[in-house]
Amino acid sequence: MATETNGVIDTSSARQEILRWIRAANQGVADSQPVAQQWDRIERPYRRSATRSREEILELLEDRLRDYDANVVRTAEAEVAAAAAKMLAARGHKRLLIPGGLNPAWLPAGFDYVVDDGASPAALDGFDGVITGSTVAIALTGSVVLQNVPGQGRRAVSLVPDHHLCFVRVEDVVETVPEAFDRLKATSTLPTTFFAGPSATADIEMTRIKGVHGPRFLDIILVE
Amino acid sequence: MNSENSVLDPKTSPTFPIAARATLGDTQLRKNVRHATEVIQNKRARVVAEMPDWQQLRESGRQIRQHTMANLETYLEEFERNCIRAGGTVHWARDGEEAKRIVTTLAKTYASQQNPEVIKIKSMTTEEIHLNVALEAAGVKAYETDLAELIIQLGHDQPSHIVVPALHKNRQQIREIFQREMNLPELGEKPQDLADAARKFLREKFLRVNTAVSGANFLIAETGGVCIVESEGNGRMCLTLPETLITIAGIDKVLPRFEDLEVMLQLLPRSATGERMNPYNSIWTGVHAGDGPKNFHVVLMDNARSEVLADSEGRQTLNCIRCGACQNACPVYRQTGGHAYGSVYAGPIGAILTPQLQQLHHAQSLPYASSLCGACYEVCPVKINIPEVLIHLRNKVVKQKGPLNPEALAMKMAGTLFRSERRFRAAQRLGRFAETPLVRRDGSGDGWIGWLPGLLGGWTQVRDLREMPKETFRDWWEKRGKRGN
Repeated sequence: MATETNGVIDTSSARQEILRWIRAANQGVADSQPVAQQWDRIERPYRRSATRSREEILELLEDRLRDYDANVVRTAEAEVAAAAAKMLAARGHKRLLIPGGLNPAWLPAGFDYVVDDGASPAALDGFDGVITGSTVAIALTGSVVLQNVPGQGRRAVSLVPDHHLCFVRVEDVVETVPEAFDRLKATSTLPTTFFAGPSATADIEMTRIKGVHGPRFLDIILVE
Repeated sequence: MNSENSVLDPKTSPTFPIAARATLGDTQLRKNVRHATEVIQNKRARVVAEMPDWQQLRESGRQIRQHTMANLETYLEEFERNCIRAGGTVHWARDGEEAKRIVTTLAKTYASQQNPEVIKIKSMTTEEIHLNVALEAAGVKAYETDLAELIIQLGHDQPSHIVVPALHKNRQQIREIFQREMNLPELGEKPQDLADAARKFLREKFLRVNTAVSGANFLIAETGGVCIVESEGNGRMCLTLPETLITIAGIDKVLPRFEDLEVMLQLLPRSATGERMNPYNSIWTGVHAGDGPKNFHVVLMDNARSEVLADSEGRQTLNCIRCGACQNACPVYRQTGGHAYGSVYAGPIGAILTPQLQQLHHAQSLPYASSLCGACYEVCPVKINIPEVLIHLRNKVVKQKGPLNPEALAMKMAGTLFRSERRFRAAQRLGRFAETPLVRRDGSGDGWIGWLPGLLGGWTQVRDLREMPKETFRDWWEKRGKRGN
């Protein structure tokens, strides 16, 4: 029984019993090797590295992102702010949320930027859009990965506003999922979000419907 | 099977053949299920064919899961240690009752005292224990936020699929539910209209409700992290905006290391929804200052899983990562839909998981709800040999019934007859004589039997049986003489 004293739930007896049951159940499959060595023995013959050229990888990423209804442009580092200005103007967005630490050279002049200061969810809902950087992008799956680091911010920032403009540096683009995990390993305990296109659902007759709860409008700028 | 406000509980559900007869009569449901499973199957086939290393991924997936189960105690303790170190609190529940008590206690502690509410991410584990009923009984209002779960909740319905729980409803039916329950008489019937209505209905709750309840796709032992995959962003809302997050996970959900996700996150989305990656994956570890909930609780629930682990053949069931591919591929599921299985886990995986979670005290008819065609095994991303487990469980069910049940006695008698030529021939003669009053002639003079008595009636319920031939092969062979004519 989970016992409760002064609001504190004590489940230590359940813990002991469950672990004892598991130990008994696993007696027949006991392996004398240390667990870490057993894990090393797991065969991983799947693809763990790129097979395409850099240009093919970037094209694949663009293609996959567009397939998910994202708006994608590729531009040289010097032209980033101009490209961003064009995208924001096309959507008629003025008041934009940005996480701390975003490269100011990428932000075009003529828009209102508010640096995230931990505002309430309702306040986040009042912005036209949000602009962030990204940690890594996976071409094969059309995914972009965000972590809680400067320039990307806390998770709510890239979630509540209805429009997300995201910068992806070409050096952060990998072809396969395992390559992305190699890069994420060192920061694996940071809050991490993978997104592939704007929010979507297929719950009604398996028809893909864009935009349920996450940002409905997604712009990606690939920075060369 | 649309019984209002009841839950899919294997303890009280009718047997599969009885329940299936009802759902087979619902032509709309069958049409909806057929459409949805066909679409997902085709999408899955397309994105799986893109992967030259799919079979290698499946094999690695199988090995990772098998290794995890063999070292489950180590990995659960490692997860617990790391989750606590990162600021989480870990609870253990022997069964569903304990898990519900822990979650309702936590919900009442953290949710608003005047108006206790929680927002929920779709979770089969909470469906398994009927958590919403317990929350409601404790005075806590739970809002399902996944679109399909919302349709189920507002329609007072039950999930019929692991991944797409409302696939048995079409757009007109969903529109009627939303019109009625959201008070939107003017609502259109385009899927976009329906999704927009759900967005409006839920956004206010995301911004207001301060406690969330979730399941988990994976627990990462190495880091103490949790991974949830989803499509709509409702998961991200629940994981990010509230002050308190309560995650409930079966003990089978653990993975050894962070990089094991590189296999699972390739297998799961392609198998589940036919997408190259889920629109959203979230990974978080304990509590992170300034980002997400301040209070994070994990409930690790056994609920007979350790019992399944103790069965050397049945234990591979625990390798399941809940993708639902076996349901879409199953010729039985595609005809009956999910409700006939009398459990939130339907289809092939339900046919092996449900009876084992009930320690075979209930749901004994489910291992028979299969033609053993093997389609489920072929699509399973972690290579669970479902037909093998089905046969193993049938064997257990028969043994459990004892040697004196009619089926066992009939099999024993058949064995006695087949062992002796004399007895076998006598039985054939007796059969030809006994069938005479049951045989009806068709237009071309062939004899058919449309009804058989007692246990044998199971055969003629759905098909006619030809009358026995006038002459057996042996009789003919013996009569033809030495010259061969």
